[in-house]
Amino acid sequence: MELTDLTITQAHEKLIKKEISSLELTRAFLEKIEELDKKISSYLSVSSDLAIFQAKKFDSLISKEKKIDILAGIPLAVKDIILVEGLKCTAASKILENYIAPYDATVIRKIRERGAVILGKTNLDEFAMGSSTENSAFKTTKNPHDLTRVPGGSSGGSAAAVAANMCCYALGSDTGGSIRQPASLCGVVGLKPTYGAVSRYGLMAMASSLDQIGPITKTVEDAEIVFKTISGKDPLDSTSVELPKLQTTNYKLQTLKIGVPKEYFIGGIDPGVEKIIRNSIKKLEDLKIKVEEISLPHTEYALACYYIIMPSEVSANLARYDGIKYGFSVSREVEAKSKELLDIYLESRERGFGEEARRRIMLGTYALSGGYYEAYYLRAQKVRTLIREDFEKAFSKVDLLLTPVSPTPAFKIGEKITDPLTMYLSDIFTIAVNLAGLPALSVPVGKIEDLPVGLQIIGKPFSENIILELGKFFERS
Amino acid sequence: MISKEEAKHIAKLARLGLSSEEINKFQKELSKILDYITKLKEVDISGVEPTSHSISVENIMRKDKEEAQRNETKKYLIEAAPEEKEGYIKVKSIL
Repeated sequence: MELTDLTITQAHEKLIKKEISSLELTRAFLEKIEELDKKISSYLSVSSDLAIFQAKKFDSLISKEKKIDILAGIPLAVKDIILVEGLKCTAASKILENYIAPYDATVIRKIRERGAVILGKTNLDEFAMGSSTENSAFKTTKNPHDLTRVPGGSSGGSAAAVAANMCCYALGSDTGGSIRQPASLCGVVGLKPTYGAVSRYGLMAMASSLDQIGPITKTVEDAEIVFKTISGKDPLDSTSVELPKLQTTNYKLQTLKIGVPKEYFIGGIDPGVEKIIRNSIKKLEDLKIKVEEISLPHTEYALACYYIIMPSEVSANLARYDGIKYGFSVSREVEAKSKELLDIYLESRERGFGEEARRRIMLGTYALSGGYYEAYYLRAQKVRTLIREDFEKAFSKVDLLLTPVSPTPAFKIGEKITDPLTMYLSDIFTIAVNLAGLPALSVPVGKIEDLPVGLQIIGKPFSENIILELGKFFERS
Repeated sequence: MISKEEAKHIAKLARLGLSSEEINKFQKELSKILDYITKLKEVDISGVEPTSHSISVENIMRKDKEEAQRNETKKYLIEAAPEEKEGYIKVKSIL
């Protein structure tokens, strides 16, 4: 077994027994990146100096400290939309190509305090807008299971880095499926926490009512470890909340009631994916766990609802990139002397933003503009209520819901990028969860030839503990 | 369906410079996406309250006083701006 194969738990064991040093572990990952990332392109920047500094610091402290935190000395990768002080943070956008983060995101502060080692920043669709990582302004990440296919997105760099052992674990963000879908396509574990469970401070905002940071890991146990570390109320994010006391030990799986929403098994789903998901659900029946078909009647409206609410929030959030405060600006150019303020806005944003970012800004601006607000935005917010209520009704009958994560396994690079609507449809099973603010896990449960397939476990708000317990069951079986 | 004029108007509202080819492209693409979104008209929303956030949060207050920032943060922020003068971010004149 190579050092880079280790899970967080395994690496921690070896570190505390002094079988390995953090420096050895960190160097093993840096060498792996050197060896593989030319082909996979999961990293936008590798922070070797910072990683080696943090690893040495851990090694010098380990003999003195009594209690060693489980994340201490263990290397991770961070999606390049989460701020790490002193490192570039580009959001895979030209408009932030040379932007240096002036402070740490709260999740980064938390893992730094535990002594984690940061290997670098991973690729994504520009500002996390996409489902394939092809919308990055800098490079296209490849799926480690098949280099002609996408890793999913938008946290494609993070998922591919975990799958190819180029980090022990990674952080991603999920607005409409951006942790779960790439985790599913790359055959790793991804957790999208309940909205509010993890602070968004220092995560560049895409759609603020939907965004949430979460872990991408090799095992469910690792996802649980990272989630426990990064969650909790943060005065710097007023939408963050303290987690209710969780029942974590000896949760009896047999007492669970499971629902399977029928609307997630119609039209467009790959027969191979459906077969794998159905087989997984059967395993629960063998354990005598109650499984029943339920209905989420507004499911078919989730995607349309999302494509009003998300771009509306995008158009407001991306207004800050104006060529005045930071990032790409035509006013840095010599000929800008004669330009007026309006031209600085127009040209900086034209040249700085990629196509998908501009498309969503346009869509959102339209939906919020005079005369259309009620027809689009307000209507979508009301449909969002109905989608949320569908889940509330379902959860009055069952504890968890099981669905596919993605209708297909990893698709070919270039296959969907020319048609925005086709690309949007690849998030059809993950979007409703964000609209309702629920927690959901993607756990690998099978393969179609070489391509992994993930199962989605959706729970009530703040039921991450139960979701993770069931996730461990699927991982074992 | 949105017209070319509407597409130009939206780009102006969004402070987004677009070439005329892009205006044409976005006009077609946005129309296609908006056609898909008209699906929402099928839903009966009478008497339904809108959801802006999935969790209900009350107004959250903080003390109305300035907090000193670290010198490093100030340095990073000023250095990130395209134009600076005497420790302030410089902006083109607006009058």
